[in-house]
Amino acid sequence: MGLTLSWLSVIILIPLAGLFLKSLELSPEQFWNILSSRRTLNALRVSFGLAFAAACVNLVMGSIIVWALVRYRFPGRRLFDAIVDVPFALPTAVAGVALTALFAEKGWLGAPLAALGIKVAFTPLGIFVAMIFIGIPFVVRTVQPVLQDLDVEIEEAAGSLGASRWQTIIRVILPSLAPALLTGLALAFARAVGEYGSVIFIAGNLPNVSEIAPLLIVIRLSEFRYADATAIAVVMLVVSFVIIFAVNRLQRWAQSRIPVR
Amino acid sequence: MTMQIADSVSLSPSEAKARAHAAAARDNLRTEPRAVRIVIIALAMIFLSVFVVLPLVVVFAQALSKGFLAYLSALADPEALSAIRLTLLVAAISVGLNLVFGLVASWAITKFEFPGKTFLITLIDLPFSVSPVISGLVFVLLFGAQGYFGGWLRDHDIQILFAVPGIALATTFVTFPFVARALIPLMQEQGTQEEEAAISLGASGLQTFFRVTLPNIKWGVLYGVLLCNARAMGEFGAVSVVSGHIRGETNTMPLLVEILYNEYQFVAAFAIASLLAMLALITLIAKTVLERHLDEGQDGNDH
Repeated sequence: MGLTLSWLSVIILIPLAGLFLKSLELSPEQFWNILSSRRTLNALRVSFGLAFAAACVNLVMGSIIVWALVRYRFPGRRLFDAIVDVPFALPTAVAGVALTALFAEKGWLGAPLAALGIKVAFTPLGIFVAMIFIGIPFVVRTVQPVLQDLDVEIEEAAGSLGASRWQTIIRVILPSLAPALLTGLALAFARAVGEYGSVIFIAGNLPNVSEIAPLLIVIRLSEFRYADATAIAVVMLVVSFVIIFAVNRLQRWAQSRIPVR
Repeated sequence: MTMQIADSVSLSPSEAKARAHAAAARDNLRTEPRAVRIVIIALAMIFLSVFVVLPLVVVFAQALSKGFLAYLSALADPEALSAIRLTLLVAAISVGLNLVFGLVASWAITKFEFPGKTFLITLIDLPFSVSPVISGLVFVLLFGAQGYFGGWLRDHDIQILFAVPGIALATTFVTFPFVARALIPLMQEQGTQEEEAAISLGASGLQTFFRVTLPNIKWGVLYGVLLCNARAMGEFGAVSVVSGHIRGETNTMPLLVEILYNEYQFVAAFAIASLLAMLALITLIAKTVLERHLDEGQDGNDH
């Protein structure tokens, strides 16, 4: 018990407390000036905006993947099921260089896209692609077990009472999956906001355009502007606290809604 | 679960036929038209292929683009070798620390009741949702030249930042939750009955732990260690902030990938990356095998 707490304090609590203490050394005015500078605002906007867009794509595509994996039988299903975990397991730097090579103008996908006039690598679109890559397992792995456990008798009841298949999906299945879907969305968003390794290679890192907030923290650190780095980090940390809190509440809500079978 | 009870009663042939019809009708209520099914499967497969499989294939294709010999010589480079050594060392340290902590923490959380338990679990989970860059930053703020302990460390001539201890600390922080997260649900499910029986039969606390608890959770421990190790070897953001990028000294494999890539040494960069990709693939395969063991273990406990 005591060992748990002291080890936890050494590795997690003290470092995080250090970050908040450091940010308290700044006056509110300084803090505000750092955050409202054009470059910081743009970096935060890029990180949060693109992360949310990517999480939404993951929500839709993740649901489709879960549906295919759980409800249908097709050749290679188990393989694709295992493949979903690749973004979890692949080191982010490897994912970063691989995605860049793939979507660069001479890359396998970049070349045909460039012919269509779409430039992915070294633009905000590249950040978006990388964020989709790292977020997809979060939605799939959160929703999959819930859909697997879903009582099929409810669907049958809806169908035999005259609901069309589409109505059953929208009115019966979707509400049961809603907490899991929202949790998946939140987790994918949280991961994408903080993501560094897989994004920086493909991003282009142009200040105000394709510069993400974690990169700006690293840049400020290398310039020894610790105050700036700390202020941005505190904002991002507070957002991740809020997300964890929301996810915990969502889980509790889900447990209270779906009776344990 | 009335259906199952009904199914186990023997049926006359006519009843069975009616039942088969009903089953077919039920299936119709629960599935989509063939065309919709095909579109959904195709979308899932295309999405996963483009976003997940292709990047993986690109790594190996690029690594071998100048032939197998160039690939091997890139890996035999002294810088590559020192990065591999450092990565293995750091992973061993942080996996070891987190293994011990994970065991103790999940033991405390599942076998005892105390106030603030939810808060403790939230804290353990925290590194999952913090940006890796911030994980690195907190250690710079603590141990950097202007950090809280920076002056003291300099006076005592201890190097943490831009050296192995800093890299190991940041990696430990980032991989903190894996073992505990793998064990907590498993140990919760198993409850405390077996331990109580052992203690009441006269076993000491340590004996109970090594003879009763540990054998019960061995697959869970392996599972946690596996994921912890994969992340420890692949961590980039946090390590990049604390390492200082001293060539041949504080570069781990992921950091070396970045440096080589930025120097346009693509074959070398992708050769190192391919090693890490192989590690990821092996981890996934081992994970699938372990999950099967874990499922069997749970079934065994249910009966």
